[in-house]
Amino acid sequence: MMMSESRKHITEYLKKGLRLDGRKLDEFREVSVEYGVSKNAEGSARVKIGGTEVIAGVKLNIGTPYSDRPDEGTLMVGVELYPLASPEFEAGPPSIDSIELARVVDRGIREAGAIDNKALCIEKGEKIWIVSVDICPINDEGNLFDAAGLAAIAAIMDAKFPKVEKDGTVNYKERTKTPLPIKKRPIPITVWRIGNDLIVDPINEEEKSTDARLTIASLSDGVICALQKGGDATLTVEDVDKMTDLAIAKAKDLRSKLGGKSK
Amino acid sequence: MSYTKRVDGRKSFTELRPITAKAGVIARADGSAYFKIGNTAAYAAVYGPRELHPRNKQIPTRGLLRCDYVMMPFSGMGDRVRPGPNRRAKEISMVTQKALDPVLDLQDYPNAVVDVFICLPETDAGSRCAGICAASIALADAGVPMKDLICAVSTGQVGDKVVVDLDYAEEAYSDGPVSDIPVAMIPSTGELTLLQMDGEISKKDLMEALKLVKESMNEIYEVQKNALKDKYPAGGDDDE
Amino acid sequence: MSGLTINDKDVVVPGEVLAEGMDYLPSHGTYRLDDTIRAGKLGLARIDGKVIKIIPLSGVYSPRRNDVIICKVFDVLMSGWRVNTFTPYSAMLSMKDGTNEFIMKGANLTKYHQIGDYIMCKVVNVTSQRLIDVTMKGPGLRKLDNGRFIRVNSHKVPRIIGKQGSMVSMVKNATGCRILVGQNGVVWVSGEPEMEILAIETIKKVEKESHVSGLTDTIKVFLEEKTGKKLETKAEEKSEPEGEQQ
Repeated sequence: MMMSESRKHITEYLKKGLRLDGRKLDEFREVSVEYGVSKNAEGSARVKIGGTEVIAGVKLNIGTPYSDRPDEGTLMVGVELYPLASPEFEAGPPSIDSIELARVVDRGIREAGAIDNKALCIEKGEKIWIVSVDICPINDEGNLFDAAGLAAIAAIMDAKFPKVEKDGTVNYKERTKTPLPIKKRPIPITVWRIGNDLIVDPINEEEKSTDARLTIASLSDGVICALQKGGDATLTVEDVDKMTDLAIAKAKDLRSKLGGKSK
Repeated sequence: MSYTKRVDGRKSFTELRPITAKAGVIARADGSAYFKIGNTAAYAAVYGPRELHPRNKQIPTRGLLRCDYVMMPFSGMGDRVRPGPNRRAKEISMVTQKALDPVLDLQDYPNAVVDVFICLPETDAGSRCAGICAASIALADAGVPMKDLICAVSTGQVGDKVVVDLDYAEEAYSDGPVSDIPVAMIPSTGELTLLQMDGEISKKDLMEALKLVKESMNEIYEVQKNALKDKYPAGGDDDE
Repeated sequence: MSGLTINDKDVVVPGEVLAEGMDYLPSHGTYRLDDTIRAGKLGLARIDGKVIKIIPLSGVYSPRRNDVIICKVFDVLMSGWRVNTFTPYSAMLSMKDGTNEFIMKGANLTKYHQIGDYIMCKVVNVTSQRLIDVTMKGPGLRKLDNGRFIRVNSHKVPRIIGKQGSMVSMVKNATGCRILVGQNGVVWVSGEPEMEILAIETIKKVEKESHVSGLTDTIKVFLEEKTGKKLETKAEEKSEPEGEQQ
């Protein structure tokens, strides 16, 4: 296990085109996606990026719509940073990091219009489907942003509606074959700036030495559907130009891990 | 009406659901394990012995064991479990700590803490027992001195039969009385470290249940032992 | 041999029966329960005559007098520094033990060691309450910079160092890196980036395969393949206790 590396040392490596683990600057660790890992969830997935492992699950409930959107269902995304996954996570109320992580993933999926909310409407003004996605890291070895985002999309793809009886109650014990109304599959890629260099998929030690980051969610046709800048330092417009190109290219790689229809 | 066949098709009333267990599944932890029985799965991660904060919780004569149990929001059938303070989870955290502590020897770690975190991605009854089994493996994996592992599984009564390892469907059985008795045991001595009961049972059937469950503990111990041995294959060590 | 239920060098788990009857004696990590001897932790069972003990395979490092360890400064006080030993207990490095220079009373100690500095030090004393004193006065003890630090299982340190330093020397020769191994499982590696990466990969490999026989040869072949250079096996150097300098 490595320890917090000095910024100076990481920079020396970057000058030689190397990361701390020997990867190239724009190289991802091995990515894998597994579906249906939790039987009681209406949909679930496990994503591994290198040693980072994350499980996401989808729960579907019937509820009442917001008054200003009477014919739309709702999507909620949550992240639980259980202390199980890292000595740096603490038990207790959500930290700002877990909130930021959840919001970034949420933005990438919900605002991108990944799910057709109107198709979640059962009875206008009365009944809609509420889609709750919860993401739980199991082991944090860096890059939770991308792992969480990928796991959320995979869990959504895995989800099937439970059976609704004639009297309107939900029978969770029986599942239909109907998937969620997915319109798009946005994939978030976070690009990090260290000095003048850009990297993707950092390990823990690298994350601590970065200046700023930009999470870019994109679709299969390269259209950008969400942005979030993080970190203490600034980004130039040139940075954004290069970061988005890198993110769109990497999103294609990750999307291929999802399998299924390419959308 | 007599309970003659188990809901999930298990042939015997003392048969356990299929179990898989693996040690060392969370690299960042000092010790970890995954334990799955039927459709109930638990991850456990151990961090420690490590420094204990706040200082007023420190014990000068020994290390402290701290347990935290949580179910992932999507782990149960039906409604989502809202994250946040949860009385049931707090109680399970406490009984888990009491179930594990008796076998630990933390005298060499004054003022320190051993933290055990248990998370369940899937639950189908027997969740606190699965958590304890996973935690046990994880503590051994972390090299914590312990005189034995702790094995845990539920026993009880469904209708007119005494059974071991009730699943959710059996807990919900409506054609007769049901009792669900989670038990944790030190396998080498048969001592109980966890004993709870929901439901109703006669004294005679209770004693019968406790007798039956002891056999199951040996089965569970074998699974836990193999999970650890698979991670640490023996070999000829070049002597240093 | 009668009574034994396991073989020498078997991996055993807590509670496992090691011997039956009264012929054997329990030692480190084992205990007697009625007429059995059982394992009191996960580890390798070693049988030495009639005595059974357990060599731990994991677990936190316990600081002992005269051990040379690598620590990290986390606090600067009036009279010295507090350092993280990577165990549940921090250690005190007093002013007089922090450097060979003469320090005026009331001087600003950050001039010598700052928060975040890694130091190679020796354990001077450990009390029953685990108060630890360390010193930097001694051969080879110094501040460590310009390198990378990794943590390994402290129980694998002897294997990583090797008999009389043979394993770590081989890695140093092959990669040209300076390597220091603290008894507490903290390792310092310093050299060219590609070589640092290889040295760390090799050390992790030794840690992972420490139980396999013929490991020294396996590592030699591994290093030769990765560097494309043949390694000479020098006669073992008689070196200082663990954590020796380049």
